[in-house]
Amino acid sequence: MNRFDYVRAGTVEEAVQAVASGANARFIAGGTNLVDLMKYNVERPGRLVDITRLPLDRIEERDGALRIGALATNAAVAYDERVKDRYPVLSSAILAGATGQLRNAATTGGNLLQRTRCYYFYDEGTPCNKRLPGSGCGAIGGVNRIHAIFGTSDKCIATHPSDMCVALAALEATVRVTGPSGERTIPLAEFHRLPGDEPERDTTLSADEIVLSVDLPAEGFAGHYTYLKLRDRLSYAFALVSVAAVMELDGQTIKAARFALGGVAHKPWRNPEAEGLLLGKPATRETFAAAADRVVSEATPHSENGFKVELARRAIVRALEQAAAGTPQSQTDKRIA
Amino acid sequence: MASSPEPYFGTARSRVDGPAKVTGQAKYAGEFEARDLAHGYVVSSGITRGKIAVIDTAEAEAVPGVIKVLTHENRPRTAWLDYNYQDAVAPPGSPFRALYDDKIHFSGQPVALVVAEDFETARYAASLVKLSYEAEEPETDVARKRDLSYTPPMKRAGIKPPPKPWGDADAAFDGAPVKVQQEYRHAIEFHNPMEPHASTVIWEGDGRLTVYDKIQGVSNSQGYLTGVFGLKKDEVRVLNPYLGGGFGSGLRPQYQLFLAVMAARELERSVRVTLTRDQMFTFTHRPDVLQTVSLGAGPDGALQALRHDAVSGTSRYEDYQEVVVNWSAILYRCENVALTYKLTHLDLPTPGDMRAPGAVTGVFALETAMDELAYATGQDPIALRLKNYSERDQTEDKPFGSKELRACFAEGAERFGWSKRTPEPRSMREGKELVGWGMATGVWESLMQQSSAQATLTADGKLVVGNSTGDIGTGTYTILTQIAADALGLRMEDVTTKLGDTALAEAPVAGGSWTAASSGTAVMKACRTIANQVFTMARRMDHSPLANVDFDRVVFRDGRIAVADDPTRSVSLAEAMKAGGVDRVEATESAGPDSSHQKEFSAYTHSAIFAEVKIDEELGQVRVTRVVSAIAAGKVINPKTARSQILGGVVMGIGGALEEEAMLDHRLGRVMNHNLGEYHVPVHADIYDIDVIFVDEVDKANPMGVKGLGEIGIVGTMAAVANAVFHATGKRIRELPITIDKIIG
Repeated sequence: MNRFDYVRAGTVEEAVQAVASGANARFIAGGTNLVDLMKYNVERPGRLVDITRLPLDRIEERDGALRIGALATNAAVAYDERVKDRYPVLSSAILAGATGQLRNAATTGGNLLQRTRCYYFYDEGTPCNKRLPGSGCGAIGGVNRIHAIFGTSDKCIATHPSDMCVALAALEATVRVTGPSGERTIPLAEFHRLPGDEPERDTTLSADEIVLSVDLPAEGFAGHYTYLKLRDRLSYAFALVSVAAVMELDGQTIKAARFALGGVAHKPWRNPEAEGLLLGKPATRETFAAAADRVVSEATPHSENGFKVELARRAIVRALEQAAAGTPQSQTDKRIA
Repeated sequence: MASSPEPYFGTARSRVDGPAKVTGQAKYAGEFEARDLAHGYVVSSGITRGKIAVIDTAEAEAVPGVIKVLTHENRPRTAWLDYNYQDAVAPPGSPFRALYDDKIHFSGQPVALVVAEDFETARYAASLVKLSYEAEEPETDVARKRDLSYTPPMKRAGIKPPPKPWGDADAAFDGAPVKVQQEYRHAIEFHNPMEPHASTVIWEGDGRLTVYDKIQGVSNSQGYLTGVFGLKKDEVRVLNPYLGGGFGSGLRPQYQLFLAVMAARELERSVRVTLTRDQMFTFTHRPDVLQTVSLGAGPDGALQALRHDAVSGTSRYEDYQEVVVNWSAILYRCENVALTYKLTHLDLPTPGDMRAPGAVTGVFALETAMDELAYATGQDPIALRLKNYSERDQTEDKPFGSKELRACFAEGAERFGWSKRTPEPRSMREGKELVGWGMATGVWESLMQQSSAQATLTADGKLVVGNSTGDIGTGTYTILTQIAADALGLRMEDVTTKLGDTALAEAPVAGGSWTAASSGTAVMKACRTIANQVFTMARRMDHSPLANVDFDRVVFRDGRIAVADDPTRSVSLAEAMKAGGVDRVEATESAGPDSSHQKEFSAYTHSAIFAEVKIDEELGQVRVTRVVSAIAAGKVINPKTARSQILGGVVMGIGGALEEEAMLDHRLGRVMNHNLGEYHVPVHADIYDIDVIFVDEVDKANPMGVKGLGEIGIVGTMAAVANAVFHATGKRIRELPITIDKIIG
């Protein structure tokens, strides 16, 4: 870990200025990822701008929907009554991740911006284009059973590790940010990016912008949803494959449906064509299998993660079944519904 | 001394060290303070094999607060001969010497120690040490080095090599009506105790050192330091009152001790070195072993041929050895047996003992193969094991001192409900989950080591006992307190047990499940010596109620010495000591294995493990919903701490079956998941019901009839889970851990 300056920002404007002034500054809130990265010398910020005192921790009503402040902790969001009642898929996804201690510290904005868990990214002794552009990708041809099967490039096959963001993708949330050139709103689908030739860039956020809030749309799909996460142990492990699914039914006919996958790409992975296959169809296993097949037909697995293709296909089917039946996956009873 | 009622032996008692641990009073090696304490941070090699071309420490040394950067280029001289570096449990070879020269033997090898005024400065400066290497291609995959395997030319002390073959295993296998021949393997595992390895070395000003070292027996560290640094025993006192988990990783002194002592002597100043979690993946580990088990049997399952062949990875500088294959011929009766155990060199640090070393590995393979044979012959797995039940240890041609394994099968099966099992794979299910019931046998050595112990009784009725061995979290403080209290008829509250200090009577490292028998017997003997002395004082009192009574007719109870068959005749310990004119009575005694008993009998603990798994048929998620572990391990001193030992062993076994896996990038020769986020051990959610049974077993190898429980709980657990997975799914997975990809693949 390197030496760094520390400043505490009193206002959003101060925070943005403190980061824009150079010195390779980083915002710090919960620090659950950044501090690890600093210990590993992956991040070597010259300055930490502490934003924990900014008034961004509220969860508020807004036009019949919810606005979640960037500093609302993961625990605060997951246990918020309005979130639990109206956006249960978000609550469930958050509770599927990390541990109670981490969720108490981690913030909504930090969760959006957390970095991959690719082993090579964290290990200075190995090549990684995301950590050190141009050094190569250790995971390609290496230990890659946890890596991406969609949207990879020959520079990077890392995944985005968030559970929360997978639910936000299914809900079609938006991210409100501000910076020197003013406030803007980014749809969640455009917030994270694919690695392409610039795997060092995880998101479309500029370095001098700050996340203000995550805005949920009015529709929360509280009747038909699930967050299904498959991993190498029953808690405190990142997803091999996860699926957030939301649905609206008219009798047994699918009126609306969306699903996003975690653990399989550099961003929460959606496939609008596959979702389109669900519309107007009966909520049956056959319908779900057709959508799942469409999604995995685009998979490009690597040496050790071929199993994720079949696992993703099966997980999509099961998640859609859970959502349609109104039997969402419990995050405490580990039996899969 | 008549056999007195034993109010504590055999009763469930909470840990006497529990309050200190849960309130943070218990201090660990990296937590002791000293005046002017300097902090060392280890720089780890980025390559696996080759040599250091350039090491540039200028930038690191320029950081304010940095005191010194030690490398192979400027290190002080230490002993020359390998012999001086061989600790009490070292395998044959040339022990690793940190900063010895420019050669790199394994990934993460320490290449420099940055010593600074505070930890943060040392860590920062360590990131500024510039290294360039001449790298060579590493080889870390045992499978690719199988052809270069060899029989270790020098045997490791205490490790029995495979016995000579008997009968003709190959011919019998060829001719057997039923054959099972399969390969088994598990991933490299790292011990990963919660407490990282650390050493705090206190410079006492005159060349003497007081060392707090994370070790399972301080005498081993002391011996190592005297050998390496040419110190006299009275110049180095080593302490380690508590251990935050060891599992074998603390048997040998690790490199942070060497580095901290080297720096303290060089700087004439106190130094602490604490390893990072990532550095915990740069030394001892359970090796990856390739195993082939060949079972030939009659149609009724009676074994006709048994072969067990193993090739284990070791480092290029030491021949680590453990007992992997012998278990097959200890557990099962067979007239044609061949067992082989070989090593092959890898560019890894030397493997080491990890909870039930070798048995975890070998019994996993054997007991999975036996399950396969049960299916091949249509036998119930328990019936098959009973059919081949061994009444003699064939590897030494001796009867067992005790072996209540049949009771383990019976009581375990009863508790588990084994009779309700339908043997057909995939025949039991609950909703979307397949249900599998599997079982296996466990076996581990019952050992005793020469140990001494001291005891001091003072006139206020307080007793202090102890020796230098460690309580590695097993409950040693508690059971020794129970034994001592019983021996002198005191309350446990009046007894203090001290451990982990070379100033105390010498005892070996805590390992091999031998501490209860070894230290327990030594403490009992020391207390009996005190009892005898106080009794003599009591008898010599004027008008003594004990006059003319022999020692074997008295009991010690409630702080008094009483005639066994007439308790109204008694003298208090305080009265006796007053009459004897002493305010304290001290004794040091030593105890060792009974060699005539050893000559006549083999000594093992046994277990039967039953596991239930529920597996989502479509998604392959495995839950181990129930385990029953029935243990035959002689007498149990404390059912509460004993049960905890078995619970911990079972949990670790579940981890080995389903989760634990050091993922190596063999191109780099590097473990990639070197942290607890990515190297998975079980979390609470993974663990459901675990039921522990201790069956009655009478054993005479030591006076207390105890056998030791630290390791038996893990042995066989992996096979029981793997066999349950087969029963649930019909899929036989012979390579651990059993992860989702293997279930659905």
